[in-house]
Amino acid sequence: MMNKKAIGAVAVAAAAALALTACGGGASGGAESAKGEISYWLWDANQLPAYQQCATDFQKANPDIKVKITQTGWDDYWGKITNGMASGTAPDVFTNHLAKYPDFIKTKQLVALDDAVANDKVDLGQYNEGLADLWVGQDGKRYGLPKDWDTIALFYNKKMAADAGLTAEQMGSLSWNPQDGGTYEKAIARLTVDKSGKRGDEPGFDKNNVAIYGLGLESSGGENAGQTQWSFLAATTGWTTTDKNPWGTHYNYDDKRLQDTIAWWASLAEKGYMPKLETTVGANAADNFGAGKAAINSSGSWMIGQYTGYKGINVGIAPTPAGPDGKRASMFNGLADSIWAGTKKKDAAIKWVEYLGSAACQDVVAAKAVVFPAIKGSTDKAAAAFKAKGVDVNAFTQHVKDKTTFMLPITDNAAKVSGIMKPAMDGVVAGKTPASSLTAANEQVNALFAK
Amino acid sequence: MTTLTKQPGPGLAAGGPQKPRKRGKTAAEFRGTGDLKIALFFIAPAMLGFVLFYLVPSIRGIYLSFTEYSILGDPEWIGTRNYERIAKDPLFWNALGVTTQYVIINIALQTALALGIALLMHRVAKSTLVRGALLMPYLMANVIAALLWFWMLDYQIGIVNQLIEWVGLPRVAFFGSEQWAIPTQALINTWRHMGYTALLIFAGLQAIPNSVYEAASIDGSRAVSTFWRITLPLLRPVLVLVLVVTVIGSFQVFDTVAVTTAGGPVNATRVLQFYIYQRAFNEQDFGYGSALAVILFVILALVAFIQMKFLRGNQSDLD
Repeated sequence: MMNKKAIGAVAVAAAAALALTACGGGASGGAESAKGEISYWLWDANQLPAYQQCATDFQKANPDIKVKITQTGWDDYWGKITNGMASGTAPDVFTNHLAKYPDFIKTKQLVALDDAVANDKVDLGQYNEGLADLWVGQDGKRYGLPKDWDTIALFYNKKMAADAGLTAEQMGSLSWNPQDGGTYEKAIARLTVDKSGKRGDEPGFDKNNVAIYGLGLESSGGENAGQTQWSFLAATTGWTTTDKNPWGTHYNYDDKRLQDTIAWWASLAEKGYMPKLETTVGANAADNFGAGKAAINSSGSWMIGQYTGYKGINVGIAPTPAGPDGKRASMFNGLADSIWAGTKKKDAAIKWVEYLGSAACQDVVAAKAVVFPAIKGSTDKAAAAFKAKGVDVNAFTQHVKDKTTFMLPITDNAAKVSGIMKPAMDGVVAGKTPASSLTAANEQVNALFAK
Repeated sequence: MTTLTKQPGPGLAAGGPQKPRKRGKTAAEFRGTGDLKIALFFIAPAMLGFVLFYLVPSIRGIYLSFTEYSILGDPEWIGTRNYERIAKDPLFWNALGVTTQYVIINIALQTALALGIALLMHRVAKSTLVRGALLMPYLMANVIAALLWFWMLDYQIGIVNQLIEWVGLPRVAFFGSEQWAIPTQALINTWRHMGYTALLIFAGLQAIPNSVYEAASIDGSRAVSTFWRITLPLLRPVLVLVLVVTVIGSFQVFDTVAVTTAGGPVNATRVLQFYIYQRAFNEQDFGYGSALAVILFVILALVAFIQMKFLRGNQSDLD
């Protein structure tokens, strides 16, 4: 029962004091800045071995520099980085996320890489289209070099699909619309099985006693613009999250096309085809899929390893359904490596970031078959590496080839937006409030930008 | 529980008969060299901690509540705008309501159960082992206790729901449904704290002189009326202290929520402390968070004051 306010205030006070001293760092030039130990942080444990290999290779080529890698889980990662920035102990280089970096730019915590890119002639055309531009701030400066990308697809249980009479071709050519859900809903209904063995599209189906849900539910997706939940559907209706991207200043959660999409999606829970939101608190959607409790899960390419790793589950990967206009859509997200403005080893950090952004490192990452590297050639190598492991990743790469991707929305106030949207979206998906209630939440969100 | 060690309750102190002051002589010896110096010497460490970790941060927190501050960069003075926004913030009022609901369930159950356990310890369970076992949940870290229950009460894989289904009842989404989320958390913390609370009350029970009970039994008083007419009134100062301390603790519920529902479903468990954390640390709005914290501080001070005042916690009926 310690006084939490006091603890918080101490942290703030201490952090503020240290922030003053931290400003001294970051001076570039000088031999000291180009050698010694630099720290590098990332959050995904699956990728650690790949980047450790990159660091080893890098140190061999640059004996003056030592790279110390720290992996911290996503939940603690951003708090530690922010506190580190305030207290002067943030890593020299860290894996950055599109939803987070606008705040870092606003508070001047990142090193602009334009001079380095120009001087060292980094070829920005080598990355998959659009990835490099994501990291250019509103001030026109570049704050990261792309390292990887991800898209969305449907992971499905092949045996359940076969039992339901759905072929791989059918699963690969689903269509969707917000009115009746198209063949996507038909497949989901067909794959749903109640405890007496009745399928979701058969008479007598008991929606209150479901053994296998056609579609798994991860969360309401209110925090991350529905990246893996509904963004790939909403986008096919022509809806966009913000007025422009990146750096939009007006959100569109009041749009009928989005609200229709969400209403349709939430209706799946009502129909018994998808678990109710209240039953998913504390549950892990991927593990439920692995336990045979869901037949389809929409998820991102960073989850390939996990979904294909469940023993006894034969996993197929189908592309997201085509929308009313006949085209598919997938959110396109890309990570990058950024340099903290408070680094004392700026030159060494630049070298490391450029190495991470080079084919030499990204090919190493590709070979481990964990994510898709940002460089086009490395992406192909990763696809081949996945194939060698018996995983067909076309459903993910197809979006990039067909240019059916749209960018993760990048705006200021990202954390505050999710603070408002999560409860609002939860309410709709839980069936407590109608989709039209998102209009009120949207007004709150847009008020954040109205200052 | 720092409050407890700093100011031993009047009830506890009023316990035994006042012992003659043996220390008087020793104190006189020191008087020559100056009590003040010695006193300061002994007070200094606590004072230093108090100033460094309580006073300065509290003052700074109050200052920050009048600013807009994102931890990176400098605080910007905005007067009372944070407070004006809070007054109009539906999430603040929701948090206040949710927290109050939690406190009422938690305190009512916890105090009643603790009182019962304390009476049992006093009358029946004399074994140290049993008495020690009652304290076990309290020795567990908050987060661990919360996670254990989170797991046991899980909708899909929780053992409790397996049992419920086995009995033939429908599964309960303990953490997932809006009606159940707060009562579930309140029950978990009741389970965790009741042993400790019982121990405090038990100490108070032991301080009631046996002679009072003997007199009662000679007068033919039965157990129930003895409890209502003797035990409870004489226990009042201890109960008040326990209530003040547990209510303050209960208002500050955070860990259980943070590791289980994180404020959800919707806003059902967005208790004040969690809302403060969300605004300050997730949304980097330390000014707003500090203002919320100041409001919580004022609420707690008022609640404690009212309890002490109206339950006459600083007076004992034993005198």
